[in-house]
Amino acid sequence: MCATAVHKRYPDEGQLSVISDSPEMTGSEILIHALLDEGIDTVFGYPGGAVIPIFDVLYSTKDINFILTRHEQGAVHAADGYARATGKVGVCIVTSGPGATNTITGIATAKLDSTPIIVISGQVSTDNIGTDAFQETDMSGVTRSICKHNYLVKKVDDLPRIIKEAFYIAQNGRPGPVSIDIPVNVAGATLKNFRYPKTVELPGYKPTVKGNPRQIDKLTRAINSAKKPLLYTGGGIISSGASEELVKFINKTKIPVVVTLMGLGSVPYDNQYFLGMPGMHGRIAANYALMECDLLIAIGVRFDDRITGPRHTFAKNAKIAHIDIDPAEIGKNVTTGIPVVGDAKNILTELLDKVNPGQSSSWNEKTEDWKTKYPLEYTQPTEGEILPQYVVDRINLLADSNAIIVTDVGQNQMWAALYYRHRKPRLFLSSGGLGTMGFGLPAAMGAAIACPGQQVINISGDGGIQMNIQELATCAINKIPVKVIVLNNSYLGMVRQWQDLFWEKRYSGTCLKRGPDCPKNCTGPRKECPLLYIPDFVKVAEANGLKGFRATKPSDVDSTLNRGFNENGPVLMEFMVSKLENVFPMVPAGKPINQILSGEE
Amino acid sequence: MEEKHTIIITVLNSVGVLARISGLLSQRGYNIESIIGAPTEDSDIYKISLVVIGTEEKTEQLTKQLNKLIDTIKVVDISHKHNYIIREYIIVKINITSKNRSDIFRLVEVFSAKVLDITKNHMIMELSGKPRKIDRFIDLLTSHGIKEYVRSGEFAMAEI
Repeated sequence: MCATAVHKRYPDEGQLSVISDSPEMTGSEILIHALLDEGIDTVFGYPGGAVIPIFDVLYSTKDINFILTRHEQGAVHAADGYARATGKVGVCIVTSGPGATNTITGIATAKLDSTPIIVISGQVSTDNIGTDAFQETDMSGVTRSICKHNYLVKKVDDLPRIIKEAFYIAQNGRPGPVSIDIPVNVAGATLKNFRYPKTVELPGYKPTVKGNPRQIDKLTRAINSAKKPLLYTGGGIISSGASEELVKFINKTKIPVVVTLMGLGSVPYDNQYFLGMPGMHGRIAANYALMECDLLIAIGVRFDDRITGPRHTFAKNAKIAHIDIDPAEIGKNVTTGIPVVGDAKNILTELLDKVNPGQSSSWNEKTEDWKTKYPLEYTQPTEGEILPQYVVDRINLLADSNAIIVTDVGQNQMWAALYYRHRKPRLFLSSGGLGTMGFGLPAAMGAAIACPGQQVINISGDGGIQMNIQELATCAINKIPVKVIVLNNSYLGMVRQWQDLFWEKRYSGTCLKRGPDCPKNCTGPRKECPLLYIPDFVKVAEANGLKGFRATKPSDVDSTLNRGFNENGPVLMEFMVSKLENVFPMVPAGKPINQILSGEE
Repeated sequence: MEEKHTIIITVLNSVGVLARISGLLSQRGYNIESIIGAPTEDSDIYKISLVVIGTEEKTEQLTKQLNKLIDTIKVVDISHKHNYIIREYIIVKINITSKNRSDIFRLVEVFSAKVLDITKNHMIMELSGKPRKIDRFIDLLTSHGIKEYVRSGEFAMAEI
């Protein structure tokens, strides 16, 4: 895990020429002062008319590393990657109007995955608000439903309190994104006797962190008497830093565990009781266990439809206990018998003391049998096409053991989730809830800046990488050594997979090589398909100042990975993988999760 | 079973708080029957009275989501609580003719409504009271030809 950077506290003597202890400070100075006070060492962003005053202060602030991305979406995902890799708040600063709206996808991504980021946007001056002024958008209106909280700063007097609150809200309780919209005249206005508050006063926001003792006792009794208990844990374990407690709990109770995409790494892949990821592309053992358990202990998860399938069919035999810091998650999607509101780490620590040590049971035998009977398998022929699973498998062996893997969204993400050997928390970053294509590269960039010296590998497809490919230049110019892996199958593979399995191979809009000369109703690659490297990712890499390598046959895979990993700077490695490979296991949409296709059918 | 729920929300009087509440309702797929927000004796606190139709479970989920908003201090579903005084206010404009005039005046008297304006063809009245009383008043006036009415929506206060 990335060593958490030392929080730098301002004021350090003589650090900033612009900011002094003078009685007056501008809104921009207050903002940067506050960021330093919060320990922020990196800001991602993109300037514009409404934020020039803020950027002007950044110019003379040497303790903040400002990374100019090539697109505001890159900045917000980078801040998110920074936050996911460290648990610290990621910050980005963008201008009003288009700058602000370009962060929307990133804010929604952070909301769905509960990551702490703060998006600071410029706004037109307060007297122009509401006049459809140049580059005006109602940022607080636009972000309302996709952020944890948002602010429009109407006067400079409110700014210190608002920034303090924003940092508190972003990282306390269930983490999430906060948007702060600052009109240009507020950034320029001066405030006398500025003092950054030490505490917040939020009468409406007091997260419960300690579990209710009666509910914990009830859960303890349920655990001690369950015949077929199962743990179902997710991103909440990582946010609360409870991986160690979770593993101790598993080892003491011998309760098998399924871990969601967001929680991967919180239980090591080789733990005896780890059944893998459940859900639509989950391990068969994990899904069978969910359907058969008699007590389901859910911790830091939200019963997403990609996990449960049709809700009335899910874990029908189980009493459900749900531990979550967000009371609104409990009972939202499934009826919960034992609700415990609180922080996962606190509650697991208490439970660990109280529960009886488990004995290996027939339930353990059964779940382990499933694991052996339904392994994840693929056969890589020595000649012919490269299988994407094989590339991920080789990354397991050739990458550093503490490498941070950042995926994009789609098949590449599922192969990485299934075939990568997850060892520790915060080493697998992925857009889970929103499923944002284009997340991978910028998030990897943010993670690499947050964790200097640690290997960061972005696994993308040829679709998703093109959604924020402009950030290759950011990596090269700023010497951010991200190792970009493109699994190129010429398709938007996940959608093509659905079309293959459920839509009679009607590959509508999913072939990235389709042109005017192609037959109207194409059902797959043919001999006449243009073998065009468009774009030529190796050349794109080179044009952006990166080294680029391509592997076209299985025997190239190891050498390409080794070459890439041995380079000091950022590298793009393209793997021409099997075009029609599908991700298995798979549960067809609308089916209960035990009706799972293994791929052999 | 779907039924009417009256929810009292105490919030901080902050920018856009009403938009947050109404936005949350539409985002989560609830239909607002009525919503009123107004300042209270404490200028930092704003009270919102909300009426929605929904099942017990859906409404409980809604109160949790409302509670989750940073500006929300307290959320109470008072539908099954007896210690609340709930009131509503209405202004009605009704067509009058020589035939129905006396009937309408009798209703005004029985309901203790107040006549605000009267012309040759129509009459405007006001009435406040329990929501059921308002419903009944409208019901009885309907056959006489209501031209238009405005209702305040429900608002409430705890007895103790």
